[in-house]
Amino acid sequence: MVTKWLERIMPRLVLAPTFVIALVFIHGFILLNAWLSFSSSNLMPKYDWAGFIQYERLFANERTAVAATNLFIFATLFILICLFLGLLMAILLDQRIRGEGVIRTIYLYPMALSFIVTGTAWKWILNPGLGFEKLMHDIGFETFQFDWLVNSEMAIYTVVIAGVWQSSGFVMALFLAGLRGIDESIIKAAQIDGASLPTIYRKIIIPGMRPVFFSAFIILAHIAIKSFDLVMALTGGGPGYSSDLPATFMYTFAFTRGQIGIGAASAMMMLMTVMAVIVPYLYSELRSQRHA
Amino acid sequence: MLNSGTIRWNHVLGRAFIYLMLGAFALYYLIPLFVMVVTSLKPLDEIRSGNLLSLPMQPTFEAWGIAWNSACTGVQCNGLQGYFYNSMIMVIPAMLISTLLGAMNGYVLTKWKFPGSNVVFSMLLVGCFIPFQVILLPMAKVLGMVGLAGSLPGLVMVHVIYGLAFTTLFFRNYYITIPDELINAARIDGASFWTTFFKIILPLSTPIIVVSTIWQFTQIWNDFLFGVIYSSGEQQPITVALNNLVNTSTGVKRYNVDMAGAIIAALPTLFVYVVAGKYFVRGLTAGSVKG
Repeated sequence: MVTKWLERIMPRLVLAPTFVIALVFIHGFILLNAWLSFSSSNLMPKYDWAGFIQYERLFANERTAVAATNLFIFATLFILICLFLGLLMAILLDQRIRGEGVIRTIYLYPMALSFIVTGTAWKWILNPGLGFEKLMHDIGFETFQFDWLVNSEMAIYTVVIAGVWQSSGFVMALFLAGLRGIDESIIKAAQIDGASLPTIYRKIIIPGMRPVFFSAFIILAHIAIKSFDLVMALTGGGPGYSSDLPATFMYTFAFTRGQIGIGAASAMMMLMTVMAVIVPYLYSELRSQRHA
Repeated sequence: MLNSGTIRWNHVLGRAFIYLMLGAFALYYLIPLFVMVVTSLKPLDEIRSGNLLSLPMQPTFEAWGIAWNSACTGVQCNGLQGYFYNSMIMVIPAMLISTLLGAMNGYVLTKWKFPGSNVVFSMLLVGCFIPFQVILLPMAKVLGMVGLAGSLPGLVMVHVIYGLAFTTLFFRNYYITIPDELINAARIDGASFWTTFFKIILPLSTPIIVVSTIWQFTQIWNDFLFGVIYSSGEQQPITVALNNLVNTSTGVKRYNVDMAGAIIAALPTLFVYVVAGKYFVRGLTAGSVKG
């Protein structure tokens, strides 16, 4: 009797810990963080109600604008360059290439690295004095200057350089899978009609890959908004706070400067940014699934 | 004749151009790795006199030894060794537990659905999308309350919890392709929940177990965010130690030691990638397209 009952509730029993985890550690924590962002917390978390004070402080802080602008610059360039390089490499690789497997392996290996490793490597490559600059001097460009890493106007662009190196191969893999999924017979028909290869790509294949563009965009935007390790390893947010992103801003305020309330408020802003990107995507996904 | 000859010639040129471009891209990805390796093998004076691409004239593993045994990572100067082991001690249980839980969840969510099981799944999936910044502060509080703050077991717990959404998604999407008839037949024969899981489902799961463990291994090994916030002192994972090593600003900057350290930190995941790249890529696409 008991075993039968146990057997019947077993599925619920197995899923119960996951339910608790999702309820407490995901949704509960988001609510708790939201509460902190409306509290008067500073050095210690306080669970009171202070209205929008932390948000006012957040938006009054000059570092906020820097982090937001940097995110905009970084995300735009990072996404566009990754999409462009990814698509280009995928198209090149799709031309019945000998040794495709090896080439793909090479293009994708940076994805297996930690952003801390990538950041460390590029920090050395971009080193003003001994890095890329010295290399250019040695091959004859003696007045070449490259100091982006220590130039507060340009530091954020070094994050773009390293970020693109790490993630563009992955976008290539997404596009390549998309290219392979396109119906061969449509392409054959166009060829018979005398369409040239560039026309076929421009008019048939690339428009046919809209869903891939869409998901690649979402993934890259997600990576960009959450970027933390790369900045920490490459520039540490500096010089000064000139290459801060929202994630490093949040870390600094919540965990090193003891401004928990502002940290919590900035985390809420990050959550909303992600939602603004992902909710429309999920919505359209669900709708197309229902129609299919 | 002439005409078809030109066409063939154009074709050859076109192919050559494609291979040239592909080769250029390959160099773009490989050069940073090459720079890391040669820099790690050069003595410091060669680094100053040469450039990024110049080969070491007297290759030496000295920097590797320093990075492993005696480089300073903040106050401590014992190299990366201990932190490498820390990462191992953290990754292996976190990866196994989250994969096992993911498998059980996926099994229930596809073969033993009950009213509300999909709600649990949707609630969990939110965990794939949120920026983790939004849970960092409450988690720090909870880790402090249960006495796991700043420790490796605490990090294991955090990685299991926030990896679960991904592993569940992997297994759920995989099990949905296993025909229900298989399970129903077993059920009619009187096989219990667990018998069906261990005798029928698990033996079919090898590929997805590989995908999930590799994904979790790479994610957790490479993590820095949780590591830097929830661990301290001797309990830090290697990514945090590497970052400390590189940014420790005492004495002469030893770029060769930095690069050796970076390679040491990268070796385990690179090894996994080279050995099981196919599964890694599958996890990457499944994990990031997110169902």
